[in-house]
Amino acid sequence: MSTSKVVSMHGAVADLVRNGDTVAIEGFTHLIGFSAGHEIIRQRKRDLVLARMTPDVIYDQMIAGGVARKLIFSWLGNPGVGGLNAIRRRIEPASLAPGQTPLEIEEYSHFGMVSRYTAGAAGLPFMPLRSYFETDLPKANPLIRPIRSPFSDEVIYAVPPLNPDVAIIHAQRADASGNTQVWGLLGCQKEAAFAADRVIIVVEELVDEAVVRADPNRTIIPGLIVDAVVVEPYGAHPSYVQGAYDRDNRFYLDWDPISRDESAVQQWLKDWVYDLPDRAAYVAKLGAERIATLQPGSAPSGSVDYGEYR
Amino acid sequence: MSDTAPAPAPAFSRSEMMIVAAARELAGQRVCFVGVGLPNIAVNLAKRTVAPELELVYEAGVFGAQPARLPLSIGDPTIVTGATAVVSMFELFAFYLQRGLIDVGFLGAAQIDRFGNLNSTVIGPYDAPKTRLPGSGGACEIAINAKNVFVIMRQSARSFVNEIDFRTSPGNLGGAQEAEAIRRAGGWNGRGPSVVVTDLGIWHFDETGEMRLDSLHPGATLDEVRATIAWEPKISPHLQATPAPTSEELRLVREELDPGGVYTK
Repeated sequence: MSTSKVVSMHGAVADLVRNGDTVAIEGFTHLIGFSAGHEIIRQRKRDLVLARMTPDVIYDQMIAGGVARKLIFSWLGNPGVGGLNAIRRRIEPASLAPGQTPLEIEEYSHFGMVSRYTAGAAGLPFMPLRSYFETDLPKANPLIRPIRSPFSDEVIYAVPPLNPDVAIIHAQRADASGNTQVWGLLGCQKEAAFAADRVIIVVEELVDEAVVRADPNRTIIPGLIVDAVVVEPYGAHPSYVQGAYDRDNRFYLDWDPISRDESAVQQWLKDWVYDLPDRAAYVAKLGAERIATLQPGSAPSGSVDYGEYR
Repeated sequence: MSDTAPAPAPAFSRSEMMIVAAARELAGQRVCFVGVGLPNIAVNLAKRTVAPELELVYEAGVFGAQPARLPLSIGDPTIVTGATAVVSMFELFAFYLQRGLIDVGFLGAAQIDRFGNLNSTVIGPYDAPKTRLPGSGGACEIAINAKNVFVIMRQSARSFVNEIDFRTSPGNLGGAQEAEAIRRAGGWNGRGPSVVVTDLGIWHFDETGEMRLDSLHPGATLDEVRATIAWEPKISPHLQATPAPTSEELRLVREELDPGGVYTK
């Protein structure tokens, strides 16, 4: 039995997220690590480079909380609702507060971002892809570069590896060593974790190693690359966890008017982040009634027989 | 509340007409990359009417989705439950899209030009934008690698412009000849945009690669079409009248696909 990596969220963020780090909290609509993002705000980390395909409401909150100097992304919106207004205020010159520095941005397409993580995870100097032709993206971001195939005259584009200092991945379950299982949308969490120097796993449920070993195909991240395991049920709210709770769409809709008003954003951060000690307090403040509206019905998978071979 | 008698309700809204027109364009197609909102409803309507064999692909990593409710985001859990396959996003973009398995990709944008080039990145200069928009997401590679691109957009002079501020997704570039040569040389899977469905009509692309109005929706006028486009649009000499939505198409949209009227009001 290996040593337990289970720690509190406070401990994980205090130990593993350092000012100036490149931090990737991944999860495409599904399994977004809101509780980790809130802890980073609460600990007032500074000068982070935040990487994420879809910054989503969590990075709107983190950037409003003043933790970041730069954003690396591929789609900047509140999915299904509209814009990310706190981030927009840091990008559009007319919206900047007097004396405020604009947020530095580095922009790709989705395929470019997943390719960057894949290059990082595979230890490669770049990843080629058939995209970006005849667009303005390579002009906007000089790290998107054309390359000639060594085997033909074909010219395609390449993106550099993205190796975050820290990746934070929310998942349905893991064991105490950090062997992590996910079902539903997989996004680019596996790639981001393998690309990162340090990995924090946040789970809905801590399970025995035997549960993982009974279904090894479902393991996306081995404990080998995991530094900390944090157990925080409902840690992905207001995003969702397949099979456990639905996206709290009301929250995403409510965020739109809040995010348009800087003082409302700061009040929200005070009420829901700074004045609360942890995610358990957030869930209690949210209330059982609200949580109950998010419970899905049941649709269990079939099971397979891996066979016994002695 | 006004005390005057309400006007008689129209038989269908312009959004409903857009959805129905887009769905009909999908007849005979097999594998479709779906977006949220109007495209999602159009594709699900096509699957129930003109294209029952349609496979729904979502960029979040789903092939063969069977959404049981209207997905409210591009990664809604309803696209997972009951799907044929759930894959990583790298696999989705590399193996399904880049390998050339996608017949139709749906795109929208803030700006479009006469050749179907699209901007969803910024209004104004990139380094000091007047309005920062979401950016590419998957749009750039969908425009390049989906065999056909369908665009759904509401017409307005701010959106149908002479020059887009940023080219996020290539259409027919500066014209069909140039675009075809570049696509061939670059090994693109895509043939570029094939249709633009708006709230006023249906546009295809003529031999020069420029948008041409082929069908006018019921209730829309050519004056309205011209007033909502920055350039002098080409109108087909054989301009058709788009058939109004059938009662069955409207029933599917209103009762099954968007019962809350989120996208169709």
